[in-house]
Amino acid sequence: MYARVLTWWTILRICLEERLVYRGDFWLGTLMRFLPIVTQVFLWGAVFAGMSAAAASANGEPRIVGYNYGDMIAYYLLTMVSRAFSSMPGLAAGIALQIRNGEIKKYMIQPVDLIGFLFLMRVAHKLVYYGVAILPFAFVFYVCRGYFPGWPPADVMFAFVVSLLFAFLLGFFLEATLGMIGFWFLEVSSLLFVYMLLNFFLSGHMFPLEMMYETLPPPWSTIVWLVPLQYLAYFPAAVFLQKVSGPELWQGLAIQGGWVLFFIFACRWTFSRGVKRYSGYGG
Amino acid sequence: MTERPAYGRVFWTFVRNSLIRDMMFPANFIIETLSSFGWVMMNVGFYLLIFEYTNKIVPIEENGVQVDPHAPWDKYQFFVFIATSMIINTIVQMFFMTNADEFSELIRTGNLDFALVKPIDTQFMISLRRVEWASLPSFLVAGILMAYALPRVDTFPPSAIIIALYLFYIVMGVAILYSLTIVLAACSVWLGRNSSIYDFWFYITTFSRYPMEIYTGSYGIWLQRFFTFFVPILIVVNVPARLLAKPLQPEYAYLAGFGILATLASLAISRWVFQRALASYRSASS
Repeated sequence: MYARVLTWWTILRICLEERLVYRGDFWLGTLMRFLPIVTQVFLWGAVFAGMSAAAASANGEPRIVGYNYGDMIAYYLLTMVSRAFSSMPGLAAGIALQIRNGEIKKYMIQPVDLIGFLFLMRVAHKLVYYGVAILPFAFVFYVCRGYFPGWPPADVMFAFVVSLLFAFLLGFFLEATLGMIGFWFLEVSSLLFVYMLLNFFLSGHMFPLEMMYETLPPPWSTIVWLVPLQYLAYFPAAVFLQKVSGPELWQGLAIQGGWVLFFIFACRWTFSRGVKRYSGYGG
Repeated sequence: MTERPAYGRVFWTFVRNSLIRDMMFPANFIIETLSSFGWVMMNVGFYLLIFEYTNKIVPIEENGVQVDPHAPWDKYQFFVFIATSMIINTIVQMFFMTNADEFSELIRTGNLDFALVKPIDTQFMISLRRVEWASLPSFLVAGILMAYALPRVDTFPPSAIIIALYLFYIVMGVAILYSLTIVLAACSVWLGRNSSIYDFWFYITTFSRYPMEIYTGSYGIWLQRFFTFFVPILIVVNVPARLLAKPLQPEYAYLAGFGILATLASLAISRWVFQRALASYRSASS
């Protein structure tokens, strides 16, 4: 047991050091990621300003699916946070590539578990990322504090943190499972592109999902809520803004946790099935 | 030998070659086409969704006073804007983006040597080598959107002069974006890595995708000025789209005039940066 923990610790440390090589790139990259928010601030400002008096709610303030202007901007900022947890750039493509070029063999002959190793690598990556990104994030959130309705109560805050951690786990195991498809199809990049497309739309990264729910005809609107993608970006943000509350909140967290478990098993299962199929050609 | 290279014929060969290359892997080409179509449709979906909730977008008022009566964009005017934006961005993506991307790769690997020794202008060769045929369907979406929105704009039908000017300013817009692309790609000579540069291109151009009037208020006005006069990306879509959607507003005529100036300046600067970059290039490995 001790040896195992030591191995994991060593892997984590190596990954941490590896990640700290490109600090400058991180800073710049993170700050720039907020640039589109600036256009969103102005675009939504113009949208809300253009809404007619009829669309305004009882207190005279225009709202879209219950979001006022401040909520909308806060929503975008919060999805940035949840995506910082759930996005796994290059994970699925990396696994598929390792399967294709045969690099995956090293995990079969070494006493290192592929999924565990990748997981630690991501944890290290994210730890470094938050360590560096917290400054630009804090800065932007401080500048934009006026858009937020204020801190939510402690239990909501707790649920928010849990949903972020779940978002990380879900993002990891979902993408890893997708990468395992590489055992069956050697070229998965197009499939991943479709996934990215759906993810962008259905995770709530582009707009609050309620907007889609309200405008789409019935069968489609339910699908929006049924796919697990909403837990990658929309759900944590909605929790923080208290758009889901009470029993719905805990129910949502439970479903999110359920999806995490589902994809942990799916990932393990596809991996073991894939390894059985796998034949390592090439050197 | 001072014979002028046949630029037209070389370009035509590039165009044909790229198509042949794309057609070698038809399945891949179809998937790329579909995914580029998917992105465009998703964007259109986003705007359609927005206009479910409002019938015009208006800049935030300053002290309760709407300063500019021409500032609001209604649904159809806005869709003309979006279609224009799609046309310009698709042209840039189709002809220049892949090449700019490859340019930084050429620098990194040292393969730029091969381009440098060719008896043709290096910038021409680098910027037009590949044509991204898979972007073609985006034109179709832009065309449909335009066909839907334009007849519903008050000033329809546009006069012949307006149409000619529109096409002219589309070319200007493409030239501005091209200059920006080349400048950013050339920067990889000095930086080596260019991952952030590409994100940067994307993030900067997001500013050009909306009507410039939305940038108001104490910060917005500075953004508007910065992206009009310093990095003129707001000119790119705003001038042609305004011509078609809201023509004949004399207070915006200066923008059209400035657009030509901005385009010429951008092209000159990008040419200068490109040549500076080539001068600093020291090949690699080999």
